[in-house]
Amino acid sequence: MSTQTQELMNPELAEVEVHGLTRASFMVRGALAAGAVYGVSAVTPFVSQALAAGGGGDAEILNFALTLEYLESAFYNEKGKTVGLSGQAKTYATDFGAQEAEHVKALTAAIKSLGGTPVAKPTFVFPVSNQSSFLALASTLENTGVGAYNGAAPKISSKEVLSEAGSIVQIEARHAAAINLLINKSPTPNGGFDKPLSEAQVLAAVKPLIKS
Amino acid sequence: MPVDSATENEVPPQPMGIVEQLVRDDSDRKRFLKMAGSAGAASFGAFVLAACGSSSSSSSSSTAAAPAATTSSSSANTNDIGILNYALTLEYLETEFYAKVIAAKLFSGSVGSLIKTFGAQEATHVAALTAAIKQLGGTPVAKVEGKFPITTAAATAELAYTVENLGASAYLGQAPLIQSKQVLAAALSIHSVEARHASTIGTLVKKSLTPDGAFAKPADMSEVLAAVKPFLA
Repeated sequence: MSTQTQELMNPELAEVEVHGLTRASFMVRGALAAGAVYGVSAVTPFVSQALAAGGGGDAEILNFALTLEYLESAFYNEKGKTVGLSGQAKTYATDFGAQEAEHVKALTAAIKSLGGTPVAKPTFVFPVSNQSSFLALASTLENTGVGAYNGAAPKISSKEVLSEAGSIVQIEARHAAAINLLINKSPTPNGGFDKPLSEAQVLAAVKPLIKS
Repeated sequence: MPVDSATENEVPPQPMGIVEQLVRDDSDRKRFLKMAGSAGAASFGAFVLAACGSSSSSSSSSTAAAPAATTSSSSANTNDIGILNYALTLEYLETEFYAKVIAAKLFSGSVGSLIKTFGAQEATHVAALTAAIKQLGGTPVAKVEGKFPITTAAATAELAYTVENLGASAYLGQAPLIQSKQVLAAALSIHSVEARHASTIGTLVKKSLTPDGAFAKPADMSEVLAAVKPFLA
């Protein structure tokens, strides 16, 4: 198994083995590792959700995607309304937020149609206080979303589910490019080939934003 | 069929394609899948080169590879080569389009710089797809010649918007048809870059960044070929 162990980028998660575990048990381990950093009390609901979400296969992959879409949706539709956005940033937050909410709905329906149980919406904390920090986090979330879908898609069994994931990742990529342009970053930060991200890498990026 | 392209498209004899080798050798395949999921796999070429290197140890038996054992993977291989050649055709057209736009000197400053970047990225797609097709044991299609109505900057930017949106929907349409997980991972890594291009150009021409709404629509091969036909010389 040692050759299949994937090194994680976060030192506090370095002990976690990814391969050979189901995604749910992986999420539990990730959450426990987070508990060591953020305090155990913050972990429990996340763990119970991960366990409840299990089920394996495509439903489990979609539940992982659903968590990310909940995150993006809450970011644009809740935080975006209170942080004082204006101009193009406000337009993007409104437009993209509506589309992320549609992704939440579609993924929820898809998980149910696969016989799975959609994860409950987590509680998030967004460390942004103005338009500039909002857009910086938006860039991180959208670009992480692209990598997350690209990383997960080859593991999807159903061609229909794969098509749906593909039609969503293309939108995330469009959002990511637009946000990057707005803050004078490259619209193609990975060059000609977007990098797929593992679940571990995605979790490491978003875990600080998941309160419970 | 242009004679001069035969030489550059000549593929060294490859007794067994990558996909066949991966199917035969499970540990290689797992290693491959791990790469596909890691941030270290920066490019399509990386997938292909890794496969090439990892399979060399089995070369002693490869020349005598039993056809019966690889029939199903051969068919998957042929399928994926066909899709990659289709993608290569589109990438050739995109690359030529950007080359002509750049030559026409219609754009300068930050927009000109974006156009150059995108053109260079399409060229890396051509190179990567060509390498992948060869590694799978296929023959890359010859470069197709394009003709594009490049007139004003505004009209050309509109055309770029059309071309990139078409490219994104073309990759999306093929993704579920790809058999190899590695080829799929690579196609997806190109797909989202085409989407980034389309969105960026959408901001320039003040058109929708997401013309299909929250869910991008796939286009099948016949739709795409009908759309690009006017651009084939």
